[in-house]
Amino acid sequence: MTDLPAQTTRKLGLVIDLDTCVGCHACVISCKGWNTENYGAPLSDQRPYGDEPMGTFLNRIHSYEVQPDTGPAQTIHFPKSCLHCENAPCVTVCPTGASYKRSEDGIVLVNEDHCIGCGLCAWACPYGARELDQAEGVMKKCTLCVDRIYNENLPEEDREPACVRTCPAGARHFGDFADPNSAVSQLVEKRGGIDLMPELGTAPVNKYLPPRAKDRWDDESLLAPLLTPVAKEPSGFLSWLDKALDKLPGGSA
Amino acid sequence: MHPAPSVIIFTTLSGLGFGLLFWLGLDSTPPTGMVAFAFFVIAYALSVGGLLASTFHLGRPERAWRALSQWRTSWLSREGICAVAALLVMAVYAAALVFAGVHLAPLGWIGALLSLGTVFTTSMIYTQLATIPRWNSPLTPALFLSLSLAGGALLSGRVTLGLSLLLLAGLVQLAWWMRGDRAFAQSGTDLGTATGLGDRGTVRSLAPPHTSPNYLMREFIFVIGRKHAQKLRIIGFVLMIVLPVLLLALSFSHWLAALAVLCHIAGVAVCRWLFFAEAEHTVGLYYGMR
Repeated sequence: MTDLPAQTTRKLGLVIDLDTCVGCHACVISCKGWNTENYGAPLSDQRPYGDEPMGTFLNRIHSYEVQPDTGPAQTIHFPKSCLHCENAPCVTVCPTGASYKRSEDGIVLVNEDHCIGCGLCAWACPYGARELDQAEGVMKKCTLCVDRIYNENLPEEDREPACVRTCPAGARHFGDFADPNSAVSQLVEKRGGIDLMPELGTAPVNKYLPPRAKDRWDDESLLAPLLTPVAKEPSGFLSWLDKALDKLPGGSA
Repeated sequence: MHPAPSVIIFTTLSGLGFGLLFWLGLDSTPPTGMVAFAFFVIAYALSVGGLLASTFHLGRPERAWRALSQWRTSWLSREGICAVAALLVMAVYAAALVFAGVHLAPLGWIGALLSLGTVFTTSMIYTQLATIPRWNSPLTPALFLSLSLAGGALLSGRVTLGLSLLLLAGLVQLAWWMRGDRAFAQSGTDLGTATGLGDRGTVRSLAPPHTSPNYLMREFIFVIGRKHAQKLRIIGFVLMIVLPVLLLALSFSHWLAALAVLCHIAGVAVCRWLFFAEAEHTVGLYYGMR
């Protein structure tokens, strides 16, 4: 049934560090690669070399500019994939029971053999995390690489989502949010992790770490005190040169 | 939202068909024999035709029967069950009237309730979506139900009742538009809350994830239709409410009534197209659009 579990034993999800993400799209490529070759139907492309290429992606990177009231604007790269919400609206609207949230780890998945491709779950998701595959006619979404994280055929360092494994900047972290001592829980606590659209009550598991404050134009350098001029008035040869140049016509600055 | 023709045809025709079934089921002196046959053929053609049209937008229509299983949480599933139950109950009721001339009144009442329930559950599919503030209001079921009852009354030849229900549906439609135009702004969701960056300044989309539109943009961001929205609203309202009311109030003849019904159907279809085309989904925010 598409009832949501009252609670999940673990809450697996991602922390995405908006301070660190450089917007390279490597996670998009590794996600597409892994999820095309593994779990479920492949992520198809339409007209990949033609006009208006289109395809199914489970992870997309936006770029935003934030302009504060004063000071320079900041560019923020913004990866977006399924947030594996605790109150996942995409699950409860599903008429067939194809969408479900696992009670053991909280991962939201689609049973592609039962999906009728009505698209209602994509309508119910405020984040645009679900895409109807145009070739298969079934709904695709992030599986949190469920076929990697428990896969004992993979070396242990590879048992994390493909996007996390590939991120060259270390901007993506995977872990259990139900454990307050896990690395992801600690990161969220220390850096003030936030929910996207909290007003909609979806209670996302994935958290975003806000960018740290950047330098300002009028910030003084830490080294500034060490760089104060030693001599205020020139002496010796420089003093003579200063006076000699002053005597030339044309004035001084 | 992308106005998929299959869904517009479905909600327009099924609304009318189940509205007609509702009045046929409630009728204390229902038609019998060939007259009943004609009424039920129209009602079933509209409701079943609409339901069939709705399966055209499915990615996997051959699995549509699975949609009857999740009635505990899913309005779409409840709609499917209500529709099947209404059609089955009314089929027995209709067969008794057409072939035996017997009026099974209680069965008609149950069928009428189920028919109205189908229209209500259809409307709740849209109403439940907090992601589309324009739809997320009790006025949406009021709109679907009043239009279905008015259209059903027109089709079943209830002129006075049809007139007052048309006026009621018109008022609900106007209220729905007035509320809907402010709904997104009032929902409090904007690119600031969508990115969580709103408290540090004004957020602007700098670069989309891809260079050409994807499924999300095609499905959720439909800007073209909004250009003529105001004109289409007037055209839709005149066809759906004003002309049928004038035609019915003028004088009663079967030709005028038929014309009123056709005007009404065309008007509902135009307004239903706008229902989708004008609806803005929160996903659009991420793309710097609405």
